[in-house]
Amino acid sequence: MHNILTIYKKELRSFFTTPMAYIFLVVFALVNGYFFTNTFFLYNQSDMRSLFGIVPLVYLFFIPAVSMGLISREKSLGTIEIITTLPIRERDIIIGKFLAGLSLILVALLTTVVHYITLINVGTTIDHGAVFTGYLGLALLGGVYTSVGIFSSSLTENQVIAFIVGIAIVITFFLMDKLLVFVPPGLAGIIQYLSTEFHLSNMSRGVIDTRNIVYFGSVIGFFLFMTTRVLESRKWS
Amino acid sequence: MIRIENLSKNYGHIQAVKSISFSLSDKEIVGFLGANGAGKSTTLKMMTGYLSPTAGNVFVDGKNIIEHSLEIQKQIGYLPELNPLYAEMKVYEYLKFHAEIRGIIDHDYKKALERVVVECALQGVVHRTIGNCSKGYKQRIGLAAAMIHDPKILILDEPVSGLDPNQIVDIRQLIKKLGKEKLVLMSSHILQEIQATVDRIIIINNGEIVADGTSDDLISGSKGMTQIHLEIQNADENSIQDMKAVIPSISIESIHKMSNSIQVTLEHTSTSDPRKDVFDYAVNHEWTLVEMSTSKRNLEDIFRHLTQDGGSADA
Repeated sequence: MHNILTIYKKELRSFFTTPMAYIFLVVFALVNGYFFTNTFFLYNQSDMRSLFGIVPLVYLFFIPAVSMGLISREKSLGTIEIITTLPIRERDIIIGKFLAGLSLILVALLTTVVHYITLINVGTTIDHGAVFTGYLGLALLGGVYTSVGIFSSSLTENQVIAFIVGIAIVITFFLMDKLLVFVPPGLAGIIQYLSTEFHLSNMSRGVIDTRNIVYFGSVIGFFLFMTTRVLESRKWS
Repeated sequence: MIRIENLSKNYGHIQAVKSISFSLSDKEIVGFLGANGAGKSTTLKMMTGYLSPTAGNVFVDGKNIIEHSLEIQKQIGYLPELNPLYAEMKVYEYLKFHAEIRGIIDHDYKKALERVVVECALQGVVHRTIGNCSKGYKQRIGLAAAMIHDPKILILDEPVSGLDPNQIVDIRQLIKKLGKEKLVLMSSHILQEIQATVDRIIIINNGEIVADGTSDDLISGSKGMTQIHLEIQNADENSIQDMKAVIPSISIESIHKMSNSIQVTLEHTSTSDPRKDVFDYAVNHEWTLVEMSTSKRNLEDIFRHLTQDGGSADA
């Protein structure tokens, strides 16, 4: 735990010592704000469903961008040799980096709370529960995409390749339930269950189903496990 | 303290390290010499747990690196080749990061920081961003990070590469000082550096240990340690080649034809002195001996001999 925290602090510091994190936060807030407010007064409804539809789209590009350097940068700089010869498990390195990436995503997500405050002030009959579960869903989705991003980052020392691979994987997860018409009926249920959108839509409606939580947790766990294995595989190269 | 047993590493079909074995003791400075691609860095990476051996094992105080890597990594300070650093961090932040991973916090960290800052002469740059430091300082920052936990074992991969002569002297003095208390294993291709710093030299070539001993051991243990350089006129090559049959203690290393003379290099063991025999042979064959001089083989000759010819000179 102590080592995870040390790695976490190092990563978070490295995010904020460069302009990258600040640019990310500002652009994330502006893009979401623009698309949300564009339709908010048009629909004239006191809910945040439209925001919960926009943020996953923005995630598709922003999260692979944030996480592309988490491991690949260490590989290209050679510091991976420093960090993996310190008395720390690969698993702890990965978890620390994942949590740092996720923290930045959560801070970005917090910037959208301003729209919730607007809603409280101008709206009526707000379903606060649905807002809460919607945010929980977005946080978990952020976790899934960050775990995918760190996995793709571990595959290469080139950050651009890591970014492209990351986007390819998250878009696959995102599009799965939109392609069900092309899938044999026997597989449709499985493909739908693997889709992030399927689980997120439940949560943005105000439903917390254990299956959704288990899904998000399992996908995060799977990609973090795979990342650890990739990092360990250097030993046998 | 460290025992390497039949250590091998394959990269696909390429055998980078071929079943090498050696032991290292406490408070010893050992130089690990070899040409580029000889297997030095691969061996050091296996000793630090960065790579796993294809076969064999590394034992530190009886514990093997495969099953006890974390325990062994706690005892080792490692400076990798090219000294990778986090350029955006400040020097003290980088050292603190290493200290925290090694469980050195609060008061202990302050003491450790003071110690490495003094030992590595980092007083002027502690609050500077690493990326803005000179190469010499960066090398010392890497060394300070490797020493922050006061390890019993220091493994330094090319610690002086790219440094200017003054910086090399500084690092050499530091390594010599550290070697009084720790086991220091350093790799280098700078022979003078190794000769000036270490107590013992291990030479690796094509993944195999070809020499192991002190600098003096290697020089005296190498056959043909003394060379005789001749410049002669009125000689033909056949009569030069026949010299070996008449004077068995010598070997002919090279014959170079010049415009009006021939330069010949002979080698002989330290126990014999064939100069009189060579002179008599020249007189008998009516050569005009323009020059005769001798030179002793140095470590550079031994290194070239061992790493180019694939010879062996275990002391």
